[in-house]
Order: sequence, then structure tokens, then C-alpha cells
Amino acid sequence: MANFETVEVTTDILICGGGMAACGAAVEASYWAHKNGLKVTLVDKAAMDRSGAVAMGLSAINQYVDINSGNNTCEDYVRYVRNDLMGITREDLVYDIARHVDSTVHLFEKWGLPIWKDEKGNYVHEGRWQLMINGESYKVIVAEAAKNALTQRGGEYFERVFITHPLMDGDRIAGAVGFSTREEKFYVFKAKAVLAAMGGAVHVFKPRSSGEGLGRAWYPPWNSGSSLYFTLMAGAEQTCQEVRFIPVRFKDAYGPVGAWFLLFKSRATNAMGGEYMVERAAELENWGSYGKVKPIPANLRNYLGMLDELEGKGPIYMRTEEAIQKIAETYKDDQKAYKKKMKELEAEAWEDFLDMTISQAILWAGTNVQPEEKSSEIAAAEPYFIGSHSGASGAWVSGPKDLAPPEYFWGYEYMSTVKGLFCAGDASGASSHKFSSGSHAEGRAAGKSIVRFVVDNNTQPNVDAAQVAALKEKTLKPLDIFAAHGAKSSDPNINPEFVKPKMFMFRLQKIMDEYAGGVSAAFRTNKAKLERALELLNWLKEDSEKLAAEDLHELMRCHENIQRMYQAEAHVRTILFREETRWPGYYFRSDFPKLDEANWKCFVNCTYKNGQWEMKKVPIISIVD
Amino acid sequence: MPSYVILEKCDGCKGQDKTACMYICPNDLMVLDKEKMKAFNRAPEMCWECYNCVKICPQQAIDVRGYADFVPMGASVVPLRGSEDIMWTVKFRSGMVKRFKFPIRTTPEGSAKPDGGFGEVTTDLASQCLYNEPDALRLKELPTIKK
Repeated sequence: MANFETVEVTTDILICGGGMAACGAAVEASYWAHKNGLKVTLVDKAAMDRSGAVAMGLSAINQYVDINSGNNTCEDYVRYVRNDLMGITREDLVYDIARHVDSTVHLFEKWGLPIWKDEKGNYVHEGRWQLMINGESYKVIVAEAAKNALTQRGGEYFERVFITHPLMDGDRIAGAVGFSTREEKFYVFKAKAVLAAMGGAVHVFKPRSSGEGLGRAWYPPWNSGSSLYFTLMAGAEQTCQEVRFIPVRFKDAYGPVGAWFLLFKSRATNAMGGEYMVERAAELENWGSYGKVKPIPANLRNYLGMLDELEGKGPIYMRTEEAIQKIAETYKDDQKAYKKKMKELEAEAWEDFLDMTISQAILWAGTNVQPEEKSSEIAAAEPYFIGSHSGASGAWVSGPKDLAPPEYFWGYEYMSTVKGLFCAGDASGASSHKFSSGSHAEGRAAGKSIVRFVVDNNTQPNVDAAQVAALKEKTLKPLDIFAAHGAKSSDPNINPEFVKPKMFMFRLQKIMDEYAGGVSAAFRTNKAKLERALELLNWLKEDSEKLAAEDLHELMRCHENIQRMYQAEAHVRTILFREETRWPGYYFRSDFPKLDEANWKCFVNCTYKNGQWEMKKVPIISIVD
Repeated sequence: MPSYVILEKCDGCKGQDKTACMYICPNDLMVLDKEKMKAFNRAPEMCWECYNCVKICPQQAIDVRGYADFVPMGASVVPLRGSEDIMWTVKFRSGMVKRFKFPIRTTPEGSAKPDGGFGEVTTDLASQCLYNEPDALRLKELPTIKK
């Protein structure tokens, strides 16, 4: 076996991940832990300043409930999310995040995040729930507060350590293992409780760009399903694994559309100038009460545009020139004011991309696009797993005691069905639309809850040495396989004894794209296709034992792709189990093409134990009328 | 190759153990070739074009060339990030140039106080309030639903 030093770290609370949710947890848990004589340790696979989904920055905060203004309540937010997810949501969790998110945003502002203000000093709303920010350094600022919280209260953080497996003591979590991506060290973290906040999953499905632009996914390519894999392997029940998200964004570079639709009030039209939201309004009648609500659910908006594409009416254009002209027109009698407004709008439009999707700015510059003069194409991207946005996949967690019905409460909010294992951000399911700010707020709430658990269960779990040894062998196996067989061929990537992670990922993406409703299948699938996907995934799983790595970087890629593979299987099995079409703009079951409220207005949960998947329906309990 | 290193400018961060770009890349792509003392992007097709290597490089030795499989050639987008704002120079394929400047933070680097100055408001571990709530919410009490 590869000769890696084993580094043992014993702590009370382990936070796996370094993104928004993990940073929120670090801030809150550090306070309560210090007060109770406990230590918090955080471990991130990258550098906290620029890790996670907000690494590049953001141009908006998408969840701010603004309770203080009296304009909105947490109940309003629950209704909005419930409708957007076609009735499938954990209202207790959505409510809890909504009631904490405003304090998270106020903290961001105090820490130094520039939030746009109007002349009266009020936040500038992009939409009802969204605020505009100058967010280039959003993550740097949030990470700074988290690192300060940890180091000022006796905690510590590790960067460039990639977590591979949970450590278990029977049915209780006991820590996590992983390896350094910089030096030959195997890490064993022993903890009384663990928070999983390692993001969602990208590159499970084949992306539209498969050359150099492979990496230009909408959600970042380093999100590889680590949260799902970690919690699934610990035995945690999962929910909403069928609820993928497909964003409609500016085509190819995936620049954001929120500011264009909400702030600039732009229309989207097809090649014939038709507006699918108007022309296809009657289609909404087919989707129960969800087709009648405002705002129209994201997946239904997607679906109407997809129908245009299917009928050959694309491209779909964002009418940027029309929107900008319309806003500027109000100043047309005053040339000076008009020029000033045009300049302002131009800067706002470019900042939207430069803050969070710089590639889109390069694409505009490369194609000589000036948004005030010319429309730009928009298109549906490939599917992603992102429970924090408009998808919902994640672990099934306890709600808070004052909000959760008894069926959804087992002692500590945000604890999964595994004792001591907590989840936040993309790791926790059925609590969509938390975005960056809500993930941070959820992390804070989970950070307090996890300390409560440790105070009540203040014993170090037993960690069996044989379990650690087996996990070390499993973690380093791809290096051993390369060492054993690499010399057999002249090309390190082509060898009958092993598969390299890159081709392994392409094999997974092809299966998912063609059989599980990816881009090339126009997001459609059926029972026969899904069963074929499972057959192909089974061979892939067997071959994952033959993944090979030449160095630490490739070793990380091997494990990332194993994580993606389990995310794929959880998804396929859940889509197969749910015999209806509920989110037609995310995926379409051609053999069950209709919404079936009588039989399927429920959660579908799954577990993976001893190599067996178990699927079940779980009732939806509403707490808001 | 999304982010690329300009050989003339890269000094390998003067032979330190790791370069600034290696430190920051969220996807572990930047590597130092210790023989040439030059950094490089080992897997451009996994690059998100997040520009963190470009922004952090002390020699301004990293630039981004748009994805060759869908971006026509000739454009460039170059940032200059300071402690309070960022300057962008956008050069179009046509040769047109636009410049933008945006604020990035309102406080000095390193100064973020975890409690945001709201202080320790709730000290009871059993409460549903987080430690600086309800003050940080700017509310008198945390909302709840009466069961």
C-alpha cells in the first residue's frame, strides 16, 4: 500500500466543507462550543477564501425575507417555496431558514459586503426576495468571519484535505477520514458530532460543452456530490433525490438571468418573436394548482421554453436591448440624464457577469455584444444537484422543535437520521431556495444545534482501528492500482487493468445523458431507459474498483467520481420510483406524463445500507395554510 | 486553455513551497513546474474561469483566454483587484475597450468580527435564537408558529 503517514486529529465538533453553510456553522458553533468547553474543527478541500459555490463571487443575495419592513413574513416565503417546488417541501425547515436569514444578511453587511442602497438608505431589491450586491469578494468576507470565529475561540481549520469516508461507531457518527491533496498524509478526524456541508453535484450529467468548455458548468465543477456520498455511506436517509435543477441561463457561458428578468424586466422571445410565457400560458392549466400561482414555478417556466425548442422555434432570446431602452426612455426628454442612465445600466449589466460569471463577459466581448444594442441567447443548461437553489436533493433532517410536526422531529434540528451527523446547505434536502444567504443561515442554526447535541452526548465515540485501516486502504487504492499495473503500457491513460478518473466520469455522463433525461434526450426518460441506466451503472460501480491515480490530484478525482456515481444512482432510482411527471421542466417521465396528486403528493426518501437501496413514500405535513 | 500563465512574467513565486495560484485555485488545477519555475494549469477543461488565480497573482502573470470550443478569439477581460475595489478592462473582438470599477468591500481586510458588533444577545443554548438574535434580525423576537 502507498506509504502515507496517518495524522490523527481529535476534536469535539467536525465541520466538513468550507462554503457558505460551513462558514455559517463555524461562526455560530464556535461561540457555543467555547462557552461549553468544546472545540470546533473545520476541514475544506480547497482554500476557504475561495471555496464552494460562491468562490467567484455573486451579484445578488437571493434570500432576504425583510421581516422587519413588515412587507413579508416567513409564512409568505414558505408559500413561495412550496409552490415553486410543486408542493414538495419541508415547510418547517424553509420557515426556520427564513426566520434566521435576515440576521445572516445583516452580519454580511457588518463584515464588509457592499449591499446596494437607494437614496433613502434602504436595500435595493432585485425582486421581492433578492438584494443587489457588489459581490466580488462575497466569499472572502464570509470566510474571514468564519476563520476569525474559529481561531479566536480555540478552534482550527484544515485546508486542502479531501474527505473520503465517514467514521462510524455503530449507528453514531464518529468522525471522518480523508487525505491531503498536497502531501502524502492520511487524515483521521475523530469527533463527537459531524456537520456535512460539502456542496451539491456537477458533472453527473454530460454538460453541453464537452471540449475545453467542459468546466464551464453553471454550478462549479468542484462540487462532486461529496455531501450525498458521505451522508449516504453513513446510513443517512435521503430525500428529493429526483429533484434536480436545470437553470435557464445565457447560452454557453451560463451568465445569470435574474437581474435581466427581475430588475430590468426583460422579456424572452423565440426566433419568430413569440413570447412562450404568453403563447403557451394554456399549458400551465395541465399542472394543477401550481400552474396558477405567481410567480410561476421555475420548472414550469423552463418547460414552456423547452416546448418552443422542441418545436424548432429556438433560439430563445433575452431581449436585453428592449429592456434597457425601455428603462432609459423615461429619461428621453433630458439628454444628460438619459446618457447618465444608459451608462449606469451598462455598468450594472456588466457587473452582473463580472461579479459571478466572468466567462459570460468574455463571451459577450468575443462576440461583440453590447446588451443595449443586441439580444443574447438563453438556454436550459444540463441537470445539477443543488438542494440550496431550485432543486431539493439532500439528506432528510430533523426540524426545529417549535416548528416541526412530531413526525419531522427527532431531537436536534438539522440532524440526519444518523446520530450526531448534521447537514446544511446542499447537504440537507427538501428546503430549497436558501441560496447563499439561507445556506449560511441554515449553517448557523445547525451550528448551534450540533453544540446542543454534543453537550447532551459528551462522550468520544469508539473508533475501531480495523475500520480506520480498511478506510485508509480503500482511500489509497487507486494509487496502488497504478503502481501495480502502470508499467504494463506505454500510455499511462490506456491500460487494460484500470480506468482513469476522467474517462470514468465521461462514461457516467454518457449513461446519465442518454438514459436519465439529460440534454441530448431533451430531459425525457421512461422506465425502460432508467432500468438500462441502472444496468450500466452497475457495471460502472464494479469498474470503480479499478480506478487508478498517478498522483494526489488524480486520487482526488477518483473519489470525486465515485461520489458522482452514487449521486447518479440515487437520482435514477428515485425518478424510477416516482411514477408521475411533477417537474416537467426538470425531467419528464414519458410513460407517466401527468401530475398525479392523488398518489404522488409526497416525498420520496431512500437509504443505502449493506449494499441495498430502500425506497419509500413519506407524507407531506403542512404547517402554513 | 481558460487560465494560462504568461511565461515572461511568472517567477514561480520565487521558489516558495507553493505559489499563490496553487494556494487559491478551488479546483486544485494550478501546479508549479519546479524545473522551469513556472506555474501551469494542469487541466484547462476543468477550469471554471473563476479568475481567482488571475486576481491573486502578485506578478499579474495569469490571464484567461476564453474557452476555445465556443468563444471566438480576440477578446480579453482583465481585472485589477485592490483592497476596496476592482477595475475591469474588457477588450472586445472588434477592438473596442470598456472599463468598469466596482467596490468589493466596505471594511479593512481582516477586520470582520464574527458577531458583527451585535454582541452576545442570547446566551441560552436551549433557545431557538442564535447568539446575536433577535437583535441581529432587527426584531424584538424570533418569529415562530403557534402550534
